[in-house]
Amino acid sequence: MSDNAHIAKYVLRLADDALVLGHRLSEWTSRAPFLEEDLALTNVALDFVGRARMYYQYAAELTGGGATEDTFAYTRDAREFSNLLLCELPRGDFAFSVVRQFLYDAFALPFLRELKGSSDQRLAGIAAKAEKESTYHLRRGKEWVLRLGDGTTESHQRMRQALDELWGYTHELFEVDALEEALIAEGIAVDPRTIRDEWQQTVTSVLIQATLPVPESSWSVQGGRTGYHTESLGYLLAELQFMQRAYPGLRW
Amino acid sequence: MNDNIVALPSEEKFQARIDAEEKIEPKDWMPEKYRQNLIRQISQHAHSEVIGEQPEGNWITRAPTLERKAILLAKVQDEAGHGLYLYSAAETLGITREEMIDRLHKGISKYASIFNYPSLTWADIGAIGWLVDSAAIVNQVSLQNTSYGPYARAMVRICKEESFHQRQGYNIMMVLMQGSEEQRAMAQDSLNRWWWPALMMFGPHDGESAHSAQSMKWKIKRRSNDDLRQQYVDQAVQQAHAIGLEIPDPDLKWNEDRGHYDFGEIDWDEFERVISGDGLCNRQRIAHHIKAHEDGAWVREAMAAYDSKRRARATDVA
Amino acid sequence: MSDHLQLYEVFIRSRRGLDHKHVGSLHADDPEQALEYARDVYTRRGEGVSIWVVASRDITASQESDCESFYDPLDDKPYRHAAMYELPEGVDSL
Repeated sequence: MSDNAHIAKYVLRLADDALVLGHRLSEWTSRAPFLEEDLALTNVALDFVGRARMYYQYAAELTGGGATEDTFAYTRDAREFSNLLLCELPRGDFAFSVVRQFLYDAFALPFLRELKGSSDQRLAGIAAKAEKESTYHLRRGKEWVLRLGDGTTESHQRMRQALDELWGYTHELFEVDALEEALIAEGIAVDPRTIRDEWQQTVTSVLIQATLPVPESSWSVQGGRTGYHTESLGYLLAELQFMQRAYPGLRW
Repeated sequence: MNDNIVALPSEEKFQARIDAEEKIEPKDWMPEKYRQNLIRQISQHAHSEVIGEQPEGNWITRAPTLERKAILLAKVQDEAGHGLYLYSAAETLGITREEMIDRLHKGISKYASIFNYPSLTWADIGAIGWLVDSAAIVNQVSLQNTSYGPYARAMVRICKEESFHQRQGYNIMMVLMQGSEEQRAMAQDSLNRWWWPALMMFGPHDGESAHSAQSMKWKIKRRSNDDLRQQYVDQAVQQAHAIGLEIPDPDLKWNEDRGHYDFGEIDWDEFERVISGDGLCNRQRIAHHIKAHEDGAWVREAMAAYDSKRRARATDVA
Repeated sequence: MSDHLQLYEVFIRSRRGLDHKHVGSLHADDPEQALEYARDVYTRRGEGVSIWVVASRDITASQESDCESFYDPLDDKPYRHAAMYELPEGVDSL
């Protein structure tokens, strides 16, 4: 594999994370607990879709051959999607979406801070923009975890359940394979293992403040980076790709 | 203070202020009927924006390109924002958002009937943006001069933001009309379905509109239903023809004497049927809104509980 | 009332050097959240560089019944306005 192909593969991972999570967030539009939150959640969804587009556009340039951002988003099947499983799980109730987002944003912020220092200028540029967004996302997320964790018995219970359902998917955030090892060595990719302590600390301190127990369960599910997904991704893609599949090759 | 010194506010003084094109502001004295009339109109307008999120939101997860997806998300979000501006304006009249939402759920308060029609194809996103938003804008531009200050100011902000809505819708239609046979058919089919409901958005003929005369006198409404509808037809026909779409009205004809298009009669039976509940999506639209509201109840309760705990803690510390 | 959210008034400075201007209101749980929602609701097109939020119940407003006693007496002092004073020919920058 050429250097460009390696980098493209890495960029697609980041792009798929953003698209799939953005898609799940966009499912909240018109369904939020109240109107202000409807707008706020849609803003976050827009940030992720925007981020996905920047990454896909870069992947398209690296790949060449007439590929566009939409080629990657709309014409690959589940096995070719390399997003983290955490991002694809169905949106669940509001507690589930809050916890997922918090766990992800607590990872994304230090990740993007590191990616800003990538020797790949394009990635560094995308990270600089995305880091600002993630700062805001994490601020929102922390406040929601506090409110709902330390709110009513019901909200506390829902948050605990969401944490239990999601915790096993967080280990994947810190997995590194041969492709990433090579790119880390070149100073292009971020080594997620170096930010694990920071993530753990952010998550733990907020959960404790929110009176929520830090899960201790040891279960761990992985596979997203190699295209090994939960079944929900197929349905997500069926919906996302419907138009391009039903009417291939047209301009919209 | 001696009450006799302060001149008593009166209906005449109120009307004189309106006649002089001065705005009425929240703390001013106003006839109870003016207040109720405004609450009815503004809350209906707010509900329309919020219910209007649904037919378009229906395509957010299926938008055909990432760019279209981002545009649509931003557009639907704007509708939510406009609903919020309008609820805010109505709240200055002494009603809460909760009361307004409750009235919507109980069917006491209406929303624009156009949103009871389904969005079945991608072209419908084009048709809604182009036809429905243009119709809304024609109406809203006239409302920028409405006599109630908070409503007028909300309208100014909304009109400024909405200009991109109709353009993105028209752009979707234009691209479809430049596309394949199938795409052109999709666009035409969509126009065929949305054209008449769009004309209905302006409401009954002037003579038959229940609230019109008083609303015009109070300058809550600034132009008549038929007047606005004619302006809309004149604009839309030209826009349709420019991209090769046919208006589904055999009676449509340019009238040289009037300087306007003549057009066929609206099917008022259908208008009544859909308003009174027999549209394809009436039940789903309200059910969707009620479900989101009910699903969110525990979140709102948790916020309240958290806030009281925090206040209690603050008091303890103090 | 099941909904505990408070009403907040939102003021936005659209550019450095300008005053904050009232733009509308929103519902939020506390001032911090009100600030974030003000950002999400009222600056979607980058309309602001600074935001104030104030709980609506904390605003004391003059009433219409105050108008005559408040403002009418201030309307008879033309000597407070520069336009009252005539300048001789050839004098400007004053």
